[in-house]
Amino acid sequence: MLELDKLVNLIHEGLTSAMPEMAWLVSLIEYVLIGVAFLAVYCVLALVLIYVERKVCAFFQCRIGPNRVGPFGIFQSIADMVKILLKEIIAITKTDNVLFKLAPFIVLTGSLCTFGALPFGKGLQGIDFNVGVFYLLAISSLGVVGILLAGWASNNKYTLIGAMRSGAQLVSYELSASISILTMVILAGSMQLSTIVEKQADAWFIFQAPLPAFIAFVIYLIAGHAETNRGPFDLPEAESELTAGYHTEYSGIQFGFFYLAEYLNMFIIAGIATTIFLGGWQPFHINAEWASGFNSIMDYIPSWLWFFAKVFALVFLSLWVRWSFPRLRIDQLLKLEWKILMPISLINMLVMAVWVLIF
Amino acid sequence: MIQYFKDLFNGIVNLLKGMYITMLNFCRPKVTEQYPENRGKKVYAERFRGELIMPHNEKNEHKCTACGICQMNCPNGTIRIETKQITTEDGKSKKVLDKYFYDLASCTFCGLCSMNCPQKAIVWTNNFEHSVFTREAMRIQLNKEGSKVEEKKAVTSKE
Repeated sequence: MLELDKLVNLIHEGLTSAMPEMAWLVSLIEYVLIGVAFLAVYCVLALVLIYVERKVCAFFQCRIGPNRVGPFGIFQSIADMVKILLKEIIAITKTDNVLFKLAPFIVLTGSLCTFGALPFGKGLQGIDFNVGVFYLLAISSLGVVGILLAGWASNNKYTLIGAMRSGAQLVSYELSASISILTMVILAGSMQLSTIVEKQADAWFIFQAPLPAFIAFVIYLIAGHAETNRGPFDLPEAESELTAGYHTEYSGIQFGFFYLAEYLNMFIIAGIATTIFLGGWQPFHINAEWASGFNSIMDYIPSWLWFFAKVFALVFLSLWVRWSFPRLRIDQLLKLEWKILMPISLINMLVMAVWVLIF
Repeated sequence: MIQYFKDLFNGIVNLLKGMYITMLNFCRPKVTEQYPENRGKKVYAERFRGELIMPHNEKNEHKCTACGICQMNCPNGTIRIETKQITTEDGKSKKVLDKYFYDLASCTFCGLCSMNCPQKAIVWTNNFEHSVFTREAMRIQLNKEGSKVEEKKAVTSKE
């Protein structure tokens, strides 16, 4: 099951035997290699997600979607990527030059760092902190700094309004997202992502404590959806009001960075929800005597496939929501958070604490 | 407080209803026409106005009497008729159609010409593939070379 273990060990041993007295250089090279690998997976996933999004969106609107570039249009997003790489980056005179150029990198760094900490499969995790959940929550909200910088540095009313909305939205929805994750941390008794996943071997957390875990799951999905600035919560880039929101002034690959981060944030939210609520890479098990045959069949499916299947199911749910509901007004958005999600998730945390004490 | 939960429950129910509707749409057959692939397979409605033609019978005769009603009815001067005077066998001077010009580029496909034609000499067909390389190629002459007006046998047989 540990697909990459052999390869990683081979590289490690090769490098150590080549440079035995320079352990720091070996570590450095390994870190760079891991970073490059993650970046590559990140970009490929973004291409896949863009294709999935366009296809699913088309299907919801009774269209066919991209179907000209390659069979079923699967190379459409690659063609788009080539196009966006060839585009000119337009230099705008009256912007804050340093911040303007820095902002896309901050957004991308925030989401890439979150991406790196996700457990993709058995033993397939970039880094396993003992405060993994805390790290995820902290680093995933780093992106809002980049969004605010982009809005401010562009020197444009639309970008500024978009960035302000995004800031307000992220700060408020981060609360209920964090509280619903903390609810699950109470159940898991650990913040380490690998431990959290291990504990779901018999039954996923959503089945271990059905009532509070399900409420937390729904709240996390809503809040996470709002954090990615998508679907009914896409006020920061409401195209009918703000042209494109905070990235109005960006072009070429700088815009591509925002685009990439937006799609990967969707994946990351689904990935965190999978890890914490749906058992991460753990296969679906029924915790009973009679189901041992079923359990062993489920074990044959590789762990990374379980992870990606769950994540893409959640991504599909997010697209379904996105193409179903109309955009909220800013006051409705904040009312939803502060008057509905926040109190419910607080009470839900209490319920979960009682649940853990009783069972 | 009760109202709060009532609203919450109603909201969730309505959101689920909305998602149910969109899922129905997701599973519905798609409406997009795959144009070059379905060429020849797609059946168009008979009333679809694709191209104006003047039907000729096997003796190279058309029904146009060159009355000019189509030309007068055309809102943007798409149709232009050139006539000539001929002398028939019994010595009468008669105005007949010489050239029937139809400018596809300025036609709005409103159908006023064929609707008002007393002889039903011009009709619409379903052919919509009009693309050509020059604007001159869009100025079409509808009557064929050397064609003449069809004699009205139906009227004479009634008498």
